[in-house]
Amino acid sequence: MPGEERFETIAGCRIRLLRGGKGAPLLYLHGAGGGGIWFPFMEKLAGHFEVLAPEHPGFGASETPEWLDNVGDLAYFYLDFIEKLGLKNVTLVGSSLGGWTAAEIAVRSCAPLKTLVLSCAAGIHVKGVAKGDLFLWSPEQTVRNMYFDQKFADQILAQPLNEEQQMAAAKNRLTTAKLAWQPRLYNPHLHKWLHRISAPTLILWGDSDKVIPPAYGPAYQALVPGSRLEVFKDCGHIPQVEKMEAWTDRIIRFAAETGR
Amino acid sequence: MKFFFFHLMPYAALDPDYDKQHNSAWVTLPNTYYDPKIGHQLYNRYLDEMEYADELGWDGICVNEHHQTAYGLMPIPGVMAGALARRTKQAKIAVLGRALPLLNNPLTVAEEFAMLDNITGGRLIAGFVRGIGAEYHAWGANPAESHDRFHEAHDLIIQAWTQPGPSKFEGKHYHFEYVNCWPRPYQQPHPPVWIPSQGSRETIEWASHPSRKYTYLQTFSPVSALARFVKMYHEAAARYGYQATNEQIGWSMPAYAAETDEIARREAKPHVEFFLNKLLRMPQEMLLPPGYLSLASMQGILAAKKGISVGPRTMDDVIEQGIFLCGSAKTICERLEKYQQEIGFGHVLPQMQFGTMPHELVRKNTEIFAKEIIPYFRAKSAANPTADKARRETGLVK
Repeated sequence: MPGEERFETIAGCRIRLLRGGKGAPLLYLHGAGGGGIWFPFMEKLAGHFEVLAPEHPGFGASETPEWLDNVGDLAYFYLDFIEKLGLKNVTLVGSSLGGWTAAEIAVRSCAPLKTLVLSCAAGIHVKGVAKGDLFLWSPEQTVRNMYFDQKFADQILAQPLNEEQQMAAAKNRLTTAKLAWQPRLYNPHLHKWLHRISAPTLILWGDSDKVIPPAYGPAYQALVPGSRLEVFKDCGHIPQVEKMEAWTDRIIRFAAETGR
Repeated sequence: MKFFFFHLMPYAALDPDYDKQHNSAWVTLPNTYYDPKIGHQLYNRYLDEMEYADELGWDGICVNEHHQTAYGLMPIPGVMAGALARRTKQAKIAVLGRALPLLNNPLTVAEEFAMLDNITGGRLIAGFVRGIGAEYHAWGANPAESHDRFHEAHDLIIQAWTQPGPSKFEGKHYHFEYVNCWPRPYQQPHPPVWIPSQGSRETIEWASHPSRKYTYLQTFSPVSALARFVKMYHEAAARYGYQATNEQIGWSMPAYAAETDEIARREAKPHVEFFLNKLLRMPQEMLLPPGYLSLASMQGILAAKKGISVGPRTMDDVIEQGIFLCGSAKTICERLEKYQQEIGFGHVLPQMQFGTMPHELVRKNTEIFAKEIIPYFRAKSAANPTADKARRETGLVK
């Protein structure tokens, strides 16, 4: 059953929100590739949670607000979002750019959070470990570099984007550049405050991530007190697709074990 | 019509087989391909060529800015303009331009241009650009802020030149307590501002605004695009309630003149094709980083199903499209005269060296322009100084 689509206006910005399932709230924050699609992993999670999958301000069908300059702005937006929707005990799951956003939310306030899950998260920098250059890869290279198992890439590449999807992709790229071009995919101040995260935190990574290399997993783990790291073998930057069963199981179990 | 000698100063000794291993002559091409001993010779040779244009009476000489590329060796064009400032005597020196959004502090440009203007006694023309997309990869500047930063940096520089200092500047990207440019520019209120562009409605509407009336330069484009954007400039000016003059329009293109059309084509071919296929080579992601074009412009490109040019291009292609002017002096005069009558422009900026073109051919090209082409148009404008006005009155321009 696909998530129900509706629009919410928060901080003057109208965004698209997909919502489905029953249970404690799970807020999923998408990566640079964008949102607006009800993925199988969301359907799986919706068997255990009420899944809320917003499309970030500046992405796809959501508006681009004047105030959007950096990931910190997104973090405050989502704190408003959580407050306005009256969400409590939230399992906050962020992938890549969304993982960075989730970390920025958590350093500001863990009060509404039950658990935090960072999946192949951007946001910090490890000296000497270069991230992939998303902005210089061709569209095909970008898709290929997301996955270890190229059959996932082949499936995506077999379906060329229509004009509307191309425009959404251009908009997503523009907002990603605005937020993450320089410094590339991180906030130089975030690492100083990750110790503030009091919510139980699970860090998930692919051992073959070409966007944010696997060395970033232990780096995040060292900075977030008491956090747990799990690395998926033969997996790229999108474990929620490439290792869907294992990725969703870890989150479901972690939330069950670490309730507070 | 004024003639400006344009030089890109390419690394002409680039190994032509570089593209077997690298997909671009920009940003990611290892600088181990650059030999400083050859570079030393090239810089001095290119400066000689520009000084020669001044000696031969060209109206101006132009340098420009590109970063981390074999395409052009002038990352800091002010260095070249400084070298030329004292060795040239009469030509205007146009720096086309500085790429303003790349700068953390645009006051450096206000200062640099003011110094050049003082040294030359007012021979400076100030070019402002956003730079091409590749510069944003090379310098790490955020392309999503490119338009905003360009406008704010421009406002800051003009303020530094025109408001008595110290003044305050309060922008989003730049904020200064003390804007107080020493030296002040020699030309008052400030040096002429030229805006090179590949063509965009936003740029044209901004440049033609009555508070600016900047000279718009169409660069390296088919002549049909030149016509379209010049028309757009005139229409924008008319909406603002004034008539644009030819002084506000310029056209830059590679050009090569020789004894006959046949000789010109034969001599130019390897060099212009090296320029097209080796030096201009870059993937689309490098050329158009996100935000470099507005989403509306991107939509236009998608709707028109226009790709960015791909595959090898030949000299015949670019001559056919009027991107490249090539032939005898007579042919070039005829072409320029026809285009000028049809389209209207007051400044012509031929790129006189391109690709691997050697010194002797650059000198010959420069001489034929100086002795046969430029005098032809000077004689015409002396005989008919109101041609521009007449053209408007015949209804070609509203």
